[in-house]
Amino acid sequence: MENQEGKKEAKVVLREIVDKVYQSAWDAKNRGEPVGWSSSKFPAEIAEALGLAVCYPENQAAAISAKHGGQRMCEHAESLGYANDICGYTRISLAYAAGAESDERPMPQPDFLLACNNICNCMTKWYENIARMRSIPLIMIDVPYNNETEVNDDTVAYLKGQFQDAIRQLEKISGRKWDEKRFEEVCQNSNRTAKAWLKACSYCQYTPSPLSGFDLFNHMADVVTARSKPETAAAFEQLAEEYERAVKDGTSTLPYPEKYRIMFEGIPCWPELRALFRPLKAKGINTTAVVYAPAFGFVYNNLDEMMRAYCKAPNSVCIETGVEWREGICRENKVDGVLVHYNRSCKPWSGYMPEMERRFRKDLGVPVVGFDGDQADPRNFSEEQYNTRVEGLFELMEANKAGRK
Amino acid sequence: MSTIQELLSQFDAAAANPKAQLEKHTAAGKKAIGCFPYYVPEELVRAAGMVPFGVWGAEGTINAAKKYFAPFYCTIAQMSLELALNGKLDKLSGVIMPSLCDTLRPLTQNFRSAVPQLPFIFLAHPQNRHAPWGVEYTKSQYGRVKKKLEDIAGAPITDSALKDAIKVYNESRAARRKFVTLAGKHPEAVSPVQRSAVLKSAYFMDKAEHTALLADLNAQLEALPDAAWKGPKVLLSGILADSRNLLQILADHNMAVAADDVAHQSRAIRADVPDAADPMTALALQFAAQDHDVLLYDPELLKRPEYVVNLARESGAEGVIVLMMQFCDPEELEYPSLKQALDKAGIPSVLIGYDQQMKDFGQARTQIQAFADVLNARK
Repeated sequence: MENQEGKKEAKVVLREIVDKVYQSAWDAKNRGEPVGWSSSKFPAEIAEALGLAVCYPENQAAAISAKHGGQRMCEHAESLGYANDICGYTRISLAYAAGAESDERPMPQPDFLLACNNICNCMTKWYENIARMRSIPLIMIDVPYNNETEVNDDTVAYLKGQFQDAIRQLEKISGRKWDEKRFEEVCQNSNRTAKAWLKACSYCQYTPSPLSGFDLFNHMADVVTARSKPETAAAFEQLAEEYERAVKDGTSTLPYPEKYRIMFEGIPCWPELRALFRPLKAKGINTTAVVYAPAFGFVYNNLDEMMRAYCKAPNSVCIETGVEWREGICRENKVDGVLVHYNRSCKPWSGYMPEMERRFRKDLGVPVVGFDGDQADPRNFSEEQYNTRVEGLFELMEANKAGRK
Repeated sequence: MSTIQELLSQFDAAAANPKAQLEKHTAAGKKAIGCFPYYVPEELVRAAGMVPFGVWGAEGTINAAKKYFAPFYCTIAQMSLELALNGKLDKLSGVIMPSLCDTLRPLTQNFRSAVPQLPFIFLAHPQNRHAPWGVEYTKSQYGRVKKKLEDIAGAPITDSALKDAIKVYNESRAARRKFVTLAGKHPEAVSPVQRSAVLKSAYFMDKAEHTALLADLNAQLEALPDAAWKGPKVLLSGILADSRNLLQILADHNMAVAADDVAHQSRAIRADVPDAADPMTALALQFAAQDHDVLLYDPELLKRPEYVVNLARESGAEGVIVLMMQFCDPEELEYPSLKQALDKAGIPSVLIGYDQQMKDFGQARTQIQAFADVLNARK
């Protein structure tokens, strides 16, 4: 798909970048080089600076789920003894690591693992399990949960110790020497990507929005798998330019007129993207706020700030910060309501939501409605319940609007 | 001198009625601090002249806490919040809440939102706890806890008070470990329910009093002649193993508890605080020495399943009962490795689901009965 100037559209470039990440991993494997599996918020800058090929199981699990392989893989993990209570991404990934095949998004088996529990503690056990299965080294960066709005110096010192240790271990695995200059370059790329990502997300503030918020869910793959690469930064800059032009031209990637604007809270139900979209389309609802915008905006100027940036993941910040992020994007992007996904796969995330719901209602004065689902396992989603809840949210938003008139 | 059964009754009374224990402390003019799972450095509370009081939920029904949690959360977290919302923790002067699992993370936030009147002390432990930077981090976080405890107590915690508290706690842990061994050797004298009561009561009683009583019990158990036990001996593994209903089913099938790998029991008392000039460093080193726990990252990946296998072998357990706390993903994620290690070692095991809202123990009874049959058939 090309735009008017004969240039590939940003969304095509972004898709190709992700494909290239996986292809590079296969190429590295074929050359006999070690390939890593990494959690999505592990400091990607380290492996990138050492030129190591890395794949991302969360991205793979989301891709497998979106292509309807989630249930098959989850059931395979259950047959190995993993309870169906465990996160769907984890079950899919463990099934794949144990040898279950997946044509949906194949990737080479790992030679080393990079886990960072800033996302959740489940990550620690998930990667321990893979390390056991495959007898490979696990590099673990622990980001303790933060009960305060600021990251304290003790945590920064602790992270620095781990960071230096991770570098030492990865030097051994890669057989390459740490190059501070290369690291700085990589950090610059990562910052450029983060800023461009945040800028692209910021176009949701326009009314009507030049984009469907669901586009951001798709583009997240790039922030997860390739944020340290210059081509990713360039592609997001291009995406932002395209949105800029769309605002001027009055066009949007949303395939229907925007009547209401909502925040979609949580990870989407990947196996059910169509089902999620259907009632929103029917009611003219656009998603103009997603928590992933601030969640992947790792912007920093030095090593200390980098440590602090990696402490700011949705499930590692306190409720005040979590509410502030969300209410910030709700206000900027002028939402009329909030749709909360009670994600059966994600205990830390869903665990704050009832309290957050109350705060959103009070602080923002908008209706908030929740539904039950799962990021990967379709057995935990009911389309009927979802439709009813969206209908309810729509009616509340209509009543609110009528009240304002 | 009290008899073994009289002593066991005293422990049982304390374990069964935490409310009375809490009132006893507050009536004596002591402040009590609620200590949540896992690995709260209770020594700091004692050194501040206050009483550490264990809060690991309670058996009951969740109502008020539903306002904060969807149903798919560990009942320890939900019931602890329920207790607070129902005023059952009102006599506490504060709580210390760690954040080692994905349910404790939101619990910390929900708890301080729901119960703002109760002074809240947050505790972050490091997973990379062995390296020097990990020990420093533990020390820094314990330092924060110490400061907040001093605020509640209204007086500083001195090094000498902390060293005294460490001594009391090391003695308590040693006495409890000794009891675990003796109870495993003498199931004819200590039933599974009584064994649990001795260990559980330590969470509610003054530790020095508990140790004094336990020293008496241990001495009498030690003096007992070796007795042959005809029923199967098992090792319990899980987060909690204090349900009277469940433990009674074990007794009904002539099962003895030889040892445990339970978070609320032996996992909590494995490591003593080492000698160190600075008592805060000593406490941090103790946490660094906590191992073989599903809640903690272990760079030696297969150490924990091997540990449980060895524990079963050394204690004479003929089988392992895994009491799976519903919705506990660390336990669930660890289970396949544990099962594999037990199978490889030829140790039979059974997985039994449990939560604090459980009222119908029919399925558990059937499973335990079948497991007893399996173990008896191997004799």
